[in-house]
This record gives sequence, structure tokens and C-alpha cells, in this order.
Amino acid sequence: MKRAGALSAAAAFLVVAALVSALVGAADLNPLATAAALADKIPFVHLHSGLTPLDSAVLFQIRLPRIVLGALVGGLLAVAGAGYQGVFRNPLVDSGMLGASAGAGLGATIAIVYLGSAGPSVVPVAAFVGSLTGVAVAYLTGAAASARGAIGGGTATLLLAGIAVGSFLVAVQTYVLQRSASDIQAVYTWLLGSLSGATWQQVTSVLPYAAVSTLIVLLHGRHLDVLAVGDEEAHALGMRPGVVRLIVVAACALAAASAVAVSGLIGFVGIVVPHVARRLAGPSYRSVLPLSVLIGAGFLVLADTVARTVLSPAELPIGVITALIGSPAFIWILRSTKAVDT
Amino acid sequence: MTTLAVQGLSVSLDRTPVLRGVTCTAAAGGWLALIGPNGAGKSTLIRAAAGLVAYEGAIRLDGTDLRSLRLRDRARLMAYVPQEPVLPPDMTVEQYVLLGRTPHLGYLSGPGRHDRERAAAALERLDVARFAGRRLARMSGGERQRVVLARALATEPALLLLDEPTSMLDVGHQQQVLELVDRLRRESGLTVLSTLHDLTAAGQYADHLVLLHEGRVAAAGPAAAVLTTELIAAVYAARVSVTAGQDGRPVVAPVRDLD
Repeated sequence: MKRAGALSAAAAFLVVAALVSALVGAADLNPLATAAALADKIPFVHLHSGLTPLDSAVLFQIRLPRIVLGALVGGLLAVAGAGYQGVFRNPLVDSGMLGASAGAGLGATIAIVYLGSAGPSVVPVAAFVGSLTGVAVAYLTGAAASARGAIGGGTATLLLAGIAVGSFLVAVQTYVLQRSASDIQAVYTWLLGSLSGATWQQVTSVLPYAAVSTLIVLLHGRHLDVLAVGDEEAHALGMRPGVVRLIVVAACALAAASAVAVSGLIGFVGIVVPHVARRLAGPSYRSVLPLSVLIGAGFLVLADTVARTVLSPAELPIGVITALIGSPAFIWILRSTKAVDT
Repeated sequence: MTTLAVQGLSVSLDRTPVLRGVTCTAAAGGWLALIGPNGAGKSTLIRAAAGLVAYEGAIRLDGTDLRSLRLRDRARLMAYVPQEPVLPPDMTVEQYVLLGRTPHLGYLSGPGRHDRERAAAALERLDVARFAGRRLARMSGGERQRVVLARALATEPALLLLDEPTSMLDVGHQQQVLELVDRLRRESGLTVLSTLHDLTAAGQYADHLVLLHEGRVAAAGPAAAVLTTELIAAVYAARVSVTAGQDGRPVVAPVRDLD
């Protein structure tokens, strides 16, 4: 599929996912009225929806913020995963690598265990800081370990350093948690990820980081394509691989940390969505990155819709849904599409 | 046309000297072939010229020290083709050749119409335009080498740096690629610096040979002066016979003692 066609299809997927999610739930909203109420929010469009004040509150104060937040988180996780995969020339890399998930887990655990009643409100900040710190430590450790190598020796060392730092942080987190068994439930719930209780305030607090990090990653699609021929040839083509890598890793770390701060740990999106994007439009990161944003957003909105409806009124952790539904779907996609030959 | 002058070039890798004071010149529009046994420092010299290893001494393009150039300006002047180029399997031929335009693009700008035209012209010249939409994984060895050369040409360089351009090819494709490089050199006034392990081919295509031995220049000059039985015996520890071929250039053949 050509780039423009694939992007249109992905955008349509996101819109459909959002509409489905807006209509499904405990409160039965009239589809037409809902559509009219949403259209009424478009500038210069004035429609009378006929939604009751209660329905209207459900739509605009409960479902919509959750849809928007889910779309943001999904887009961020997917673009971070795609960016990392480009930087490390490794399709198995995920948005939680380089100590990002482990750092976020440790930050959240410390907030829950040691900050008592103030904990819940501090968890997002603690997870955000923990995630960024995890990546920074992993990156600096890896860079120091590979400093002796010439241009090009660094990516495997960075990944391995990330695994080592991640294991260390998980060990510390487990230690902290074991000292306070009463908090295990709260920490475990956070670790599995959830968008329940999403508010407009969460959306606005995460939006600036999301916008900046996504924009930076998107602007480096061409550079990631050049990196695909290896650091040496990229350097001979006049690019500085180390500088590009640092910028993209920093932006991806910011994207993943912003997502984790409001949603907890949601696996699978960052590794699978970029592959679906590649299947649609080929390996160029100029297509893969924007497609990942759109597909990741739509996918997480749908996953969250399932998470809050299947066992209604109880909620399943969204991480369980992304893996339960996502992995068979992904295997089906791998089997049913041929590698792209434009 | 551009002259490449290497003066007193020394390179150490992991504190082991690999090149020790090498001086040589690739004449404008000429083809300089570096020959020598494994480990003599041929590839390292090419890599130093491409700016990939630190060195002492000087490498000048038309008198301009390469170290005084910005990375991107330098990348516009020369195209480097390593011995085993990385060919991302799912990338199309067209996308790959377009990467050759990288040194001409600003940090945040993408390839424009002019860049696509230059890439298309390079595809045409190397007769691979019909493969434009094909994935690199589906190209054969000979086709790949043409595609890699097309990427180099898309840069529109003054100097072509080729590290063993024929090492993965059979004799027919070796000839085709060397003829191609020679044709590009003549048509575009390119200066070529290459390593070649096939001594006869080096004598046939290059107008100037530099024989490296343990990081030093053991001999330099036209083929007839460098490809001698004595020099090859001394440097390669090989028994060869050197005869004049149909074009008068030396033909180097291994000799086996059967006593």
C-alpha cells in the first residue's frame, strides 16, 4: 500500500475505534444523538443532539477523556517502540526497554510504599521520573562501556546495558515491595496498566510532553532510514549516528515516560504496532513512524473498550487485553500479509 | 576533476600500527588501486579517506585538507562503498539509491524532486531502473553491486572509494563491475581509489598501483613496474609467473611446484 493510502486507512481506523468506544459501555447512548453531540463540538457546527444531561456527562466527562487519553498513550507507546527499533536496527525492541519500564515500576512502587496517603497523587510523577532516569542510567552505562569502540560498535552494548540496568531496577523494586506486603495489591494493579479514572486534567498534563516527543521522533524518519545501512555508511553519508541516536532515544524515552505516567505499564503495543505499520507500507520510517502513532492510538482505544466492558462493571487490566487479543491478531497479520513489494 | 593526495598517513587500530607513513596520489580522473596481502592496510587507507578512522598525516582533495571540511561537505565530495555494504532486506532499490542524496539534504528537510531525479538518473545509468520497486533481498549478487554503485553515483561525488568492489562476485560479474566503474570514471571524470585483491584485474583497470606491505608502500607505479615476480614473491610469499597479456598488461598466475 502506498504511504498516503496507508495513512488514510490508519486515520480511519482510529476514528472508527474512537466512535465505537464512545458508544459502548454501561450507559446506553443513542448512536445518532452521540454522533450529533460530538459533531456539535466541531467549530461552526451547531447541532441539537437530544442527549440527556446525564448522557452528556457520561460522554464528555467519562468516556471522551478516557478515549483521548487511551489514544495518546497508544500513539506514544507505538511511536517510541518504532523509534527504538530504528535506532537499534532491531525489530524486537519495545518501548519499555533500556530500563524505561523497570525505572517507572520502581518510581511508582517507592511512591506507593513510602509516601502513604500522598502516594496515589504522586505516582504519575514518580513513574515519569523513574522511567526517564532508568533510560538515562542505561544509556550512560552503555555509552561508557562502548566508548572504546570506534563508530558503530555501540548499539548491541547499549541494549545489553539496558537489560542489565532493567534487571537491577526490578530487583530493587521487588526488595522495596517485599518490605511492605500491604501495598502489593496497589502496586500490582498499577503495574498491569489501566486507564480507569481518566480525566481531562490528565490529558492536558500529558499533552505537551506527548506533542514534543512525538514531533521530534517523526522528524527523524529519514535519519532512521539512513541508520538502516549501519553507522559506518551513515557516517560516510555525512550523518552523525551517535547524535541522531541520542536525540531519538531521548524523545522516545520522553514519549514512553509520558504514557507510563498516566497508564501504568502496558506492554505489547510498542513492539507489535510498528510491525503492522511495516506490513502496510514497507520499512521506511518516514511511513512507519506516523502510521505507528495512528494505529497505536486506535489499537489502545479498542483494547481499553474491551477492558472496561467484558467483565462490566469490573475492569480487566488493559495490559492483559493488549496481550490476549493483540498477540493472536498479530500472528494472523504476520501469516496473512506478504512482505511488501511496492 | 579531483586529485586525492595522501601524505605520511599513519593509523593505529587498538594501539597496533596498521599504516606507517604512507604517501600516494590518485591523479585527477585516474584509478589508483591498492594491492597487498591480507592485513597490509589497504582497507584501512580507504576507511581513513572516508573519515571512518582517526589518522596522522594528511589527506587532501585538490589541496584541501579533509579535516578542514564539515562532515556533510566532505560526504558530498566522496562516495564510500565498503567491502560488504549493509543492504536492508525490505528496503526497495529506489529507496536505497535515494539514501545517496543524504549529504545534499538539510537536517530537517526530506529529499525533493531534484534529489529523486538524480537518484532516478543513477538507476538508469547502472541499468537497474527496472528493479526500482524491488526489495534488496530479492537482488542477485551482481545486481546488488550495481545498486550499491548507483547509490554512490546518486551522491554525485568527485571521488569514488571502493573497498574490494568485486570480492563477492564470479569472474563474469567481476569484469562487468570493473568495466562499469571504468566507464563511470571516464564519463563523469570521477577519481577512483579502490582496493583490489585480484592482481591481474588491478593491472588491467587501474592506471596506478600501490603495493602495501605491513603498512608501508613496498612499490608504486604503473602495472608493469609493480606486478613483478620478485616483488610478489617478496611481499606475498607466493610463487607466481608474470606474463604479458594480449593488451600488453601483466597477467599474474600462481605457479605450483610439482617435484
